[in-house]
Amino acid sequence: MATEVLMPALSPTMEEGTLAKWLVKEGDKVKSGQILAEIETDKATMEFEAVDEGTVGRLLVAEGTANVKVNTPIAVMIEDGEGADAAPAAAPVVAAAAAPSAAPAAASAAAPVAVVSKASPDWAPGTPMKTMTVREALREAMAEEMRANPNVFLMGEEVGEYQGAYKISQGLLDEFGPKRVIDTPITEIGFTGIAVGAAWGGLNPIVEFMTFNFAMQAIDHIINSAAKTNYMSGGQVPCPIVFRGANGAAARVGAQHSQDYAAWYAAIPGLRVVMPYSASDAKGLLKQAIRDPNPVVFLENEILYGQTFDVPDLPDFTIPFGKARVWREGTDVTIVSFGIGMKYALEAADLLAKDGISAEVIDLRTLRPIDYDTVLASVQKTNRCVTVEEGFPVGSIGDHMASTIMQRAFDYLDAPVVTCTGKDVPMPYAANLEKHALVTTAEVVAAVKSVCYR
Amino acid sequence: MAAKKAPEKSNVSKDELLKYYREMLLIRRFEEKAGQLYGMGLIGGFCHLYIGQEAVVVGLEACTKDGDKRITSYRDHGHMLACGMAANGVMAELTGRAGGYSKGKGGSMHMFSKERHFYGGHGIVAAQVPLGAGLAFSDWYKGNDNVTFAYFGDGAANQGQVYEAYNMAELWGLPVVFVIENNQYAMGTSMKRATKSVTLYGRGTAYGIPGEQVDGMDVLAVKAAGEKAVEHCRSGQGPYILEMMTYRYRGHSMSDPAKYRTREEVEKIKQEKDCIEHVRDLLTQGGLSSEDELKAIDKEIKEIVNASAEFAKESPEPDLSELWTDIYA
Repeated sequence: MATEVLMPALSPTMEEGTLAKWLVKEGDKVKSGQILAEIETDKATMEFEAVDEGTVGRLLVAEGTANVKVNTPIAVMIEDGEGADAAPAAAPVVAAAAAPSAAPAAASAAAPVAVVSKASPDWAPGTPMKTMTVREALREAMAEEMRANPNVFLMGEEVGEYQGAYKISQGLLDEFGPKRVIDTPITEIGFTGIAVGAAWGGLNPIVEFMTFNFAMQAIDHIINSAAKTNYMSGGQVPCPIVFRGANGAAARVGAQHSQDYAAWYAAIPGLRVVMPYSASDAKGLLKQAIRDPNPVVFLENEILYGQTFDVPDLPDFTIPFGKARVWREGTDVTIVSFGIGMKYALEAADLLAKDGISAEVIDLRTLRPIDYDTVLASVQKTNRCVTVEEGFPVGSIGDHMASTIMQRAFDYLDAPVVTCTGKDVPMPYAANLEKHALVTTAEVVAAVKSVCYR
Repeated sequence: MAAKKAPEKSNVSKDELLKYYREMLLIRRFEEKAGQLYGMGLIGGFCHLYIGQEAVVVGLEACTKDGDKRITSYRDHGHMLACGMAANGVMAELTGRAGGYSKGKGGSMHMFSKERHFYGGHGIVAAQVPLGAGLAFSDWYKGNDNVTFAYFGDGAANQGQVYEAYNMAELWGLPVVFVIENNQYAMGTSMKRATKSVTLYGRGTAYGIPGEQVDGMDVLAVKAAGEKAVEHCRSGQGPYILEMMTYRYRGHSMSDPAKYRTREEVEKIKQEKDCIEHVRDLLTQGGLSSEDELKAIDKEIKEIVNASAEFAKESPEPDLSELWTDIYA
């Protein structure tokens, strides 16, 4: 049967090209893979090969012809014994199916709708409590989950024999042995890739980054390998893994060791992102993270490791993702924060109360998913909002929250949302400069007063 | 590579040779068809064809057993067909249709089959090397004797993460065969323009990993080397490196005019070293198969490939709701 040879697309962007030269003539017998013509694309001159063996029946486009549209018939191939007349009349073939209609818009301005807060107590009234540091809470969370599931293991630099660079994993090697508490060489991209592969293979790795600054060496595996594969595989290959470690500024360690990555990771679909402030959240959210079938970026803070909080004394205590915590109820302004930003937010609320300003303080706790409803319900009550975080100002979580509030609660606002962030500078070493580079309690107080017009 | 020798009489059975012939031919015809569909605009974006390299994956797949895993780069269609994934599902993924292995959401470079233990299809050069070591880690942790094949090219071999993976794989004794498909060009950069190393397998020496160079155009040589490597891994002796000397006939991707090498160089390999012709000669000149018998196989393969193209054209585009599915497990 005669078949048409169509003008090929020879690059991802080619729509038309020049048929520079024919290397065969009518009547020639050709073999599969033989070069038929040279075609100039938008990028280069390419050789165009025969797909099947056969005889060149007719050449439909003369060499030297420019602007030949992709899929235009350029020649007719015939099989042995057929005449050239067997060729069907040339008719352009329509290329790939039509473009799909536009996806639903992500957001649209809508009439104001009262939103209901999702916040609720994390434990029942009367639950016995114990006091522990964030460090102890994280360790207890890992130990409990490792006892419950033999496929959970911890891997990272100095997590075993050294007992953890920040002592989070202290004692775990003794209890679980070297196969489940694995010291790695200093090789972030390598061990992160290995851990992601292990998760695909059915295990539940916890990867400790000594700090998230070093995870930049491994961020390709966190994003391209861990976060995207469930989607790229049509749901066949989930990645149950936790990436955890200290994030953000410690003290006097300079620009390369003091970055808050919250907004970076929160931007990535496929990841869960958690950034706890208190010990109870550290414990309940880390246990939840280890059980989650998705990759979780769990951002801790070195300064918070040693701080003490009440934690419910329960055998199995978890906190679901996507549920903010209202730390302090108030009526005049909503302060939204997470992680160590909560320290400034709560200090500011205390100071503001002395000035007669009642601040509601919300800890987002998880940045992906984000509990928008609890924030919006609060803003609909207070009509004012200030966000607090330690990260850089451009593309911050505060920016995202401000735009969400503007789109979903514009009519409730009595003042623009103000974002308090770290300064737009690399972290300096000098003590006085470092203090100014970070967000401060005084800045939060000033921001609240500005939105209250006080 | 040496000039073509007269085929020696092999000790391999006719059935085995026919199996290799069939599997290699399927890959070649499939890839030719993919190139054709690309030219028609039915396949978009990047499309990297495996033509020329078929013996590598077919020879190594002959060494696998149930539960063994494989992972490779973006030049992945051949690996999928060789490990038993259906031509229909692979082709429909290339055309971005709902009937593709990833429901059309992955494309040429990002396809997976949990059922066949095929873990992609990776578009970031060398990422699959530590990922493959990690798949092997999961078997090591569970204490079974499965092996992972981590395929990568001579280009990927210069990435740092390969050597991080080598170090930990040997340190922990992970059952992974690192397969370097040395087709001698990293896109347009020949190996000698990228490294002073004479061999790539030799770099394993620094980490204590044994390895060898293999004629990757000879499926029997590949199989023999693969068996040795697999035995090493299955018996708990840690990783092994196979440097497969091979050649891709087509450009790096569809839009590569391949001006960095001469047509004579390509033709010489096709004439003297072609992996399919090699097995064909063993079958015909050894008196094992008649031309008619092989022609019947050719016809059968052509039908499978044509059917996959039809399936890939007729399979519907994914429903728009699929945009929002599979982001989370």
